[in-house]
Amino acid sequence: MPTLALNASRLSKRYGSLRAVEEISFSVHHGEIVGLLGPNGAGKTTTINMVLGILQPSSGSVQIEGIDIARHRSAALAHTNFAAAYAALPGNLTVAQNLRIFGLLYDVAGLSQRIDELLDEFDLRRLRNTRSGLLSSGEQTRVALAKAVLNRPRLLLLDEPTVSLDPSAADLMRIRIRAMASESGCGILWTSHNMYEVEQTCHRVLFVSRGRILLEGDPKALPQEHGAQTLEELFIRLAREPLNQSTAAS
Amino acid sequence: MRLRPIAAIALRQLYLMRSSPTRMLPMVAWVAIDMVLWGFISRYLNSVTAARINFTFSLLGAVLFWDFFTRVMQGVNLAFLEDVWARNFINLFASPLLISQYLGGLVLTAIATSLIGLLAMLAIATPLFGLHYAALGLLLIPFVMVLFLFGIALGVLTSGMVLRLGPASEWLVWPIPALLSPFVGVFYPLSTLPSWMQAVGHALPPSYVFEAMRAGLAGHAYPAFDLALAVALAALYILLACAAFTRIYRYAVRSGLLARYSAESMS
Repeated sequence: MPTLALNASRLSKRYGSLRAVEEISFSVHHGEIVGLLGPNGAGKTTTINMVLGILQPSSGSVQIEGIDIARHRSAALAHTNFAAAYAALPGNLTVAQNLRIFGLLYDVAGLSQRIDELLDEFDLRRLRNTRSGLLSSGEQTRVALAKAVLNRPRLLLLDEPTVSLDPSAADLMRIRIRAMASESGCGILWTSHNMYEVEQTCHRVLFVSRGRILLEGDPKALPQEHGAQTLEELFIRLAREPLNQSTAAS
Repeated sequence: MRLRPIAAIALRQLYLMRSSPTRMLPMVAWVAIDMVLWGFISRYLNSVTAARINFTFSLLGAVLFWDFFTRVMQGVNLAFLEDVWARNFINLFASPLLISQYLGGLVLTAIATSLIGLLAMLAIATPLFGLHYAALGLLLIPFVMVLFLFGIALGVLTSGMVLRLGPASEWLVWPIPALLSPFVGVFYPLSTLPSWMQAVGHALPPSYVFEAMRAGLAGHAYPAFDLALAVALAALYILLACAAFTRIYRYAVRSGLLARYSAESMS
């Protein structure tokens, strides 16, 4: 078994003269939760899209479980899954129908039993025949997360997964995701703007700004190492730094 | 190739149709209206025309064939557009789904929806207007096959066009059958057309079906070679359409179009 769930090497994405992501390299180990942090437009979603194979990098490579996504897209993506606020499941299908459709797409063995497990695990049983579009945003997030773990992925990408959840539900979700990482050995790449959540959940964080990784380390130790009181303070400073530099330059 | 992802694409459409009369109704309503309208026109022309022309076959039969072709094409388009409307591309294409499996699922859906339309048309045209397709015997097979294959090819190609140009280009898809109908000679022989239109017509497989149908009605031998050519031509168009769709998909992945696909048109 490969030691890395994800290995991104010198990943770049350019749109004409715009450099959305610039030569970033990072990895996610099995059982590790890595936070991808950065201000809006920093390149987080672009990076996740490249890892998911829906955006082709201008250069660099992505390996999931040691499989190069550019060469063996389907085999690589069979080991992964994702949940993102901007990629809601079809609202005109019921919860159970969505799980069945995506279970077939991911070729999940013992699908009916797996769906049953997830309905219980994510407290969705009473909603199984409700159309996803009629659910509250918190319930939709739970369905998206149930879909994201349907195929027991070795790499899970979560783009602001708790953004619509109330504090209690978000806490339960974080506990569940931490347990999943430690019990199943799944590597998780997590983006969030909630610094408390990142500190509580992630083993390691990557600060991205203007398409580059500026900092990397333990979210609990990083603030002190860089003279900040909290992760949020460090985030704000890093997020404004390039802006201040460019303002000064102009 | 794994078949479960193909089943997933088709199953999604089945779920949608099962729970939505507004999706089921158009599959039979428009073709039923066409059958009734053209059925009565054919009956009227049969009663007032001295010439021994069977308008039931030459008009109503032609409409039925053309509607079938249109349903096949739109079967692919509608299944594709469901994913456009639901903004489902990221979910689909971030999964292990292959393009060939996705297109396979769309085709499977088109087979089911067009068969429903065909059965609805036959259920009206046969008992009410005496259109007996069984009289065509085995010839029905190449006729239906040509129309089906070309419908699939055009459905895949136009879906690719919507992927490339954005959801707002959906309206470009619907008039395409009407745009093609003058060239394929649904109601008249290709020889009626000016030579440049005939040349276009000969490149379109359905024209061979309608020419063959008219030849049979006039008591001439069915042009077997022409029908074989039409099947080959339609199969070639399917390959070209799938290649075009795949090329557009790759462009969409490369340019970021797929990741940002939204309700707005893309340049």
